Amino acid sequence: MKWGLQDVHLTRGPNVALAGVTVPVDPGRLTVVVGGDGAGKTSCLEVLAGLAEPSSGAVYRPGLERIGYVPATVGLYADLTVQENLDFIARAYRLSARERDRKADELLQVTGLSGARHRLAGQLSGGMRRKLAVSMALLHAPELLILDEPTTGVDPVSRVELWRLIARAVADGTAVAVATTYVNEASRGACVVLLEAGAVVASGSPEEILNSVPGTLGTTQAPARPTALSWRRGASWRVWEPTGTLPAGVRPVRPDFQDAVVAATLATERAEHGRHA
Amino acid sequence: MWAMVAKEFRELRRDRRTMAMMIVLPVLLLVVFGYAANFTVHNIPAYVAGPSASQAAALLRPPVFRVTEVDPAGDAATAQERLRDGKDVIAVVTGGAKPVVLMDGTQLFSVQTAERALAQVAQGAGVPPPQVQILYNPDLTTSWVMVPGLAGLILVFIGTLITSLGVVRERQSGTLEQLAVMPFRAWDVIVGKIVPYLILAAIDLVLIVVIGMGVFHVPFAGSVAVFALGAALFLLVTLGMGILISTVSQNQGQAIQLAFMVVMPQVLLSGLIFPISAMAAGVRWISYLLPLTYFIEVSRGVMLKATPISALWGPLGLLALLAVVVLGLAVVRFRRDLAPASRKAQTRPRTEEPAAA
Repeated sequence: MKWGLQDVHLTRGPNVALAGVTVPVDPGRLTVVVGGDGAGKTSCLEVLAGLAEPSSGAVYRPGLERIGYVPATVGLYADLTVQENLDFIARAYRLSARERDRKADELLQVTGLSGARHRLAGQLSGGMRRKLAVSMALLHAPELLILDEPTTGVDPVSRVELWRLIARAVADGTAVAVATTYVNEASRGACVVLLEAGAVVASGSPEEILNSVPGTLGTTQAPARPTALSWRRGASWRVWEPTGTLPAGVRPVRPDFQDAVVAATLATERAEHGRHA
Repeated sequence: MWAMVAKEFRELRRDRRTMAMMIVLPVLLLVVFGYAANFTVHNIPAYVAGPSASQAAALLRPPVFRVTEVDPAGDAATAQERLRDGKDVIAVVTGGAKPVVLMDGTQLFSVQTAERALAQVAQGAGVPPPQVQILYNPDLTTSWVMVPGLAGLILVFIGTLITSLGVVRERQSGTLEQLAVMPFRAWDVIVGKIVPYLILAAIDLVLIVVIGMGVFHVPFAGSVAVFALGAALFLLVTLGMGILISTVSQNQGQAIQLAFMVVMPQVLLSGLIFPISAMAAGVRWISYLLPLTYFIEVSRGVMLKATPISALWGPLGLLALLAVVVLGLAVVRFRRDLAPASRKAQTRPRTEEPAAA
């Protein structure tokens, strides 16, 4: 890996936030850190950005002038206009006026914010604010782009535009690390790190995660929950059986990425439970 | 309704600062200000000069007066100098046909108390009342004394409250996190954050002084440079307090609460309203910890009495000390907020080296 975390441990007060987490982030590739609330996604990105200090492990990141970071809180100056926010970033990274104008025009064009150039950031919609924040992080063409839940609470159209922006950065050779709670978004990553309670549950390309699902997965239309290790998927149930033998009436099914993530999480929980029992 | 009441109490119980504001602070304020809110001044420092100094000093009895020096060789010039430098509040000069009592008019309540006490002393001794000459504020105009103090109060307000709100706003909006990841040194952020408030406060200060002089006819007798030096040091303290407050506040509400707790004692205990010499000893020590106490000493001294810098090294030095301590503490805490990962080098931050596969 060029950038990223290697076997990083982080404690916050008495709690272990990260336990031996490795997150590779390479140029021209998208790494997605996925997990539920409190899984450690933000901690991962904070350590990567230099905002949190791990107790052990190695952190690889470029100099600050080559990092772009968008926190989960977006981090815009609400009382500045879209243009003024971009101007501030341009001055902070010492971009020339020509470079600033060229990049700002380009990013505002891509994000559809050209018409909102003179609106206060505080008056933008949630999606527009996220797009502006990502544009600000991309303005100085960083080598490493770190985005904490960039699409949370964003409407579907803006979400597509945001992913287009991210894909564009990846295509330009930027190493991008994104945290998300949406499993369907995680499958966009060249590398996916699935976190649960601060530990890595599964890691690798979406195909590798898919192929590493332990046990057997089945589906059934049963009216009630068939087993403790089952979950709703549309109108049917998915049933995961770690021993490989599915209950009667459950038809085997090939897992997709979403199933793989849930099954991997259940497998980890079971293993954890077995250790404590 | 009871569900609402119970919920409200539960929230309040967990909001310790608000609880402190509502329960502990009023009790504390009552006790502190009960001892501070006193216009009856005792221990008025008095200098007695001239050939009959000993006899005159014998008449200036405690608890109202505290004779600081009996100087048979002293004269009116020495007496006036001591009043200007803030060493004494009254000076009795003997040797003429009638003793002359010089009083420092910037000490309103002390002068009023001294005038009453001297009249009683003269009546008791069966002598005519002495000739009283009030210097620096002959008409004992309240606004003359208040305007230099109010200038300080405005600086406290801007420096502490507005600065803390400005920094907390960055924290709340997540921009502080971003600043920490941008190629700024901690000093760039701190200075960049402080300078606009420093300039605004300086403009405000000039406005207040000019309006005070124009509307209330407050004199500006001393050196502008000394006044500016005092104001600059005082501003650094208040800006430091503002940043310090912001480092322990998660939101603007908390910052306002803390700023209120810092500003309130300065209003009441700095000598702006109540004379420090009239406060109980325990409360007086709190006054000596407050930066506004020293700025008021400088601003009143320079504006009303033309006190030279040589007589103001004490308050200026203490303001400088407070500035170093408060601003230093604020910078240390703010730097920690900005660059937590740069504190230790256990990891290899910002390395260019790729990891071994």
